[in-house]
Amino acid sequence: MMLTVGLPHILVLSAILFTIGVFGLFLNRKNIIVMLMAVELILLAVNINFVAFSAFLGDSNGQIFTLFILSVAAAESAIGLSILVTFFRNFGSIEVETGSEMKG
Amino acid sequence: MSYGSAVVFLPLIASAIAGFGHHFIGRKAALAVSCLGILLSAVFAIILFNDVALNHHPIQETLLAWIQSGDFSLNWAIRIDTLTAVMLVVVTMVSAVVHLYSLGYMHEDANQPRFMSYLGLFTFAMLMLVTADNLLQMFFGWEGVGLASYLLIGFWNHKQSANAAAMKAFIVNRVGDFGFALGIMLTFWIVGSVQFDAIFAKLPELQTMDFMFWGHHFNALTLATILLFVGAMGKSAQLGLHTWLPDAMEGPTPVSALIHAATMVTAGVFMVARLSPMFAAAPDTLAFITVLGSLTAFAAAFMALTQNDIKRVIAYSTMSQLGYMFIALGVGAYGAAIFHLMTHAFFKALLFLGAGSVIHALHHEQDMRNMGGVWKKIPITYAFMWIGNLALAGIPFFAGYYSKDMILEATYAAGNNIGVFAYWVGILAAFMTAFYSWRLLWLTFHGTPRMDHHTYDHAHEAPKIMWIPLVILAAGALFAGVLGYPYFVGKARFKFWGDSLVTRHHDILDQAHHIPEWAVLLPTAVGVVGILLGIFLYSKGKNIPGKIASALPALYKLSLNKFYIDELYNVLFVKPAWALGRFFSVTGDRQIIDRLGPDGVANVSNKTAGRFSRFQTGFIFNYAAVMIAGIVIFTGYLLWTYWS
Repeated sequence: MMLTVGLPHILVLSAILFTIGVFGLFLNRKNIIVMLMAVELILLAVNINFVAFSAFLGDSNGQIFTLFILSVAAAESAIGLSILVTFFRNFGSIEVETGSEMKG
Repeated sequence: MSYGSAVVFLPLIASAIAGFGHHFIGRKAALAVSCLGILLSAVFAIILFNDVALNHHPIQETLLAWIQSGDFSLNWAIRIDTLTAVMLVVVTMVSAVVHLYSLGYMHEDANQPRFMSYLGLFTFAMLMLVTADNLLQMFFGWEGVGLASYLLIGFWNHKQSANAAAMKAFIVNRVGDFGFALGIMLTFWIVGSVQFDAIFAKLPELQTMDFMFWGHHFNALTLATILLFVGAMGKSAQLGLHTWLPDAMEGPTPVSALIHAATMVTAGVFMVARLSPMFAAAPDTLAFITVLGSLTAFAAAFMALTQNDIKRVIAYSTMSQLGYMFIALGVGAYGAAIFHLMTHAFFKALLFLGAGSVIHALHHEQDMRNMGGVWKKIPITYAFMWIGNLALAGIPFFAGYYSKDMILEATYAAGNNIGVFAYWVGILAAFMTAFYSWRLLWLTFHGTPRMDHHTYDHAHEAPKIMWIPLVILAAGALFAGVLGYPYFVGKARFKFWGDSLVTRHHDILDQAHHIPEWAVLLPTAVGVVGILLGIFLYSKGKNIPGKIASALPALYKLSLNKFYIDELYNVLFVKPAWALGRFFSVTGDRQIIDRLGPDGVANVSNKTAGRFSRFQTGFIFNYAAVMIAGIVIFTGYLLWTYWS
């Protein structure tokens, strides 16, 4: 018998993605690009949840939200990348540890 | 605009234009405007004098309402009677001469427009004072004069001594002004108004009124007049509050002339004359004024004997002559006081401006020990100084002769002990006046030149703009006495003064015209003796003054050190004030208020902030971790409350 993919599977997938994103965010000490990717992962995890619940409940609102989030995420990563460029110009690297100007 | 307000406000307008506008209209235009303002003002003042004093049409003109508060209402008003008209002419004429003179004297000063502007302000303040219709308006002029004198004495503000002198003048005057302010308040308290006519109308009731002060009963009027007189003591440099006057010599010489002749020091005399009905009703105050005036006349003349700075000698002579004026006021010869004020204004301005020419000729040398022998080089100045000194010494037919003798005759005529005291002290002072005047003349102009060759060779007569105005003053010193005599103190006096002075039908001058012959001649005689003695002692080749000084060291030092009054004040007031100030500044302000107040708060917040700022590592992943942790905690808390 074929295993049907139900709501729980998708939620588990989304939770795994979310967790990977979170850990990527603060365990990563090397690369800011990785950080941005981790943020994207978190957003994707949320999107998957939205789509899953939308299909499950038969309500299209969730999918519309997903589209919104995707476009916002695109804008956000554009800003993130431009910050990255400036960061590189100022510090000469993209290592996260070099940017500690806020240290009190 | 009426003549009255034109006279008063033209100098102010000119001063404002010269002071604020000289960047826009240029230096020359600014100087021209300030001179034009005062000259026009002087012309209008003479027209007014003719109208008011000679044709007896006093003016009272309300400009605008000033204060409306409950029962108390006060107007800005101009009051011009004979007394004011005399003052207007004196002030504007001397001021005009000083303005013209300053064109030459201050020519090399880069800030000349500012100087002229201050002169205008000074004149305006004095005019406001003499045209006042009430005590508060007078107080305005009074303070304005103080401010302008501060600015002018400290005009050369690169000189430390000038700044100190300016501050001293201001602070010493503040003491007097405080008395004056208290006097105004007390007058308002007992009269209910500060308007002159209202005060005079209420005098009969006041004479018997008592006033409780520190648990003692005082006659209200005596107390009020004494307090007002304390103000006059400050402004007119009477003994006790005189210390600022000699130091005021730090200012440029035209300023000294203006302060000493027309504005500032005459304010006190004018004030007492203006309030003469009030003072006449307080005989105790008058006695006090006479005694203090005599002491001042004597002490100042004594101090002038040994001073070496040419301007200081003249300054002390001013103080001494002011003493005479107060003697006259004290014995009730108000007309004689104003007469002397007028003649004194002419010859004292002449003396100061002449001294200025000497100083100018000798490259800003003021010490008479470094002068001498220059009379051939500067003959015009020399002649002016002779005229001024003859008038000052009271030699017959010069202006000072008429006014000073009148005062001394009035003291003799007063007949009481105080009058006799004042007469003899006045005679003594007259003798010393003649002596130190000729000491000044001989040290300055005669004998061997004691300055270096260079200075002597370059000694030169002042430019025309500086000596031509002096002709007016010299004419005043020559003729003001003989022309003014019948009006001020002679037969025409009652008609001339009208209602402006208290003496309306019968006064002490009646008796003063009938005193023994010797008492009339004595002042002139001692003047002549003083002159001869001065010439004798300071002529070439003898060192008699030095011998006298070493024979009487105590007296010499007393005079040279001005009775040690400055030193006394230094110990009594200045040093305690410094100590108190230091205590408040160091202990009070810095160690208590600052430490617990602003500095304390700043320190605490700084330290706290330092501690908190250690939380900021600057690493993004730390922030991210904290964020995640925060989210987890909040979510956990929400879920926990939801399930339980």
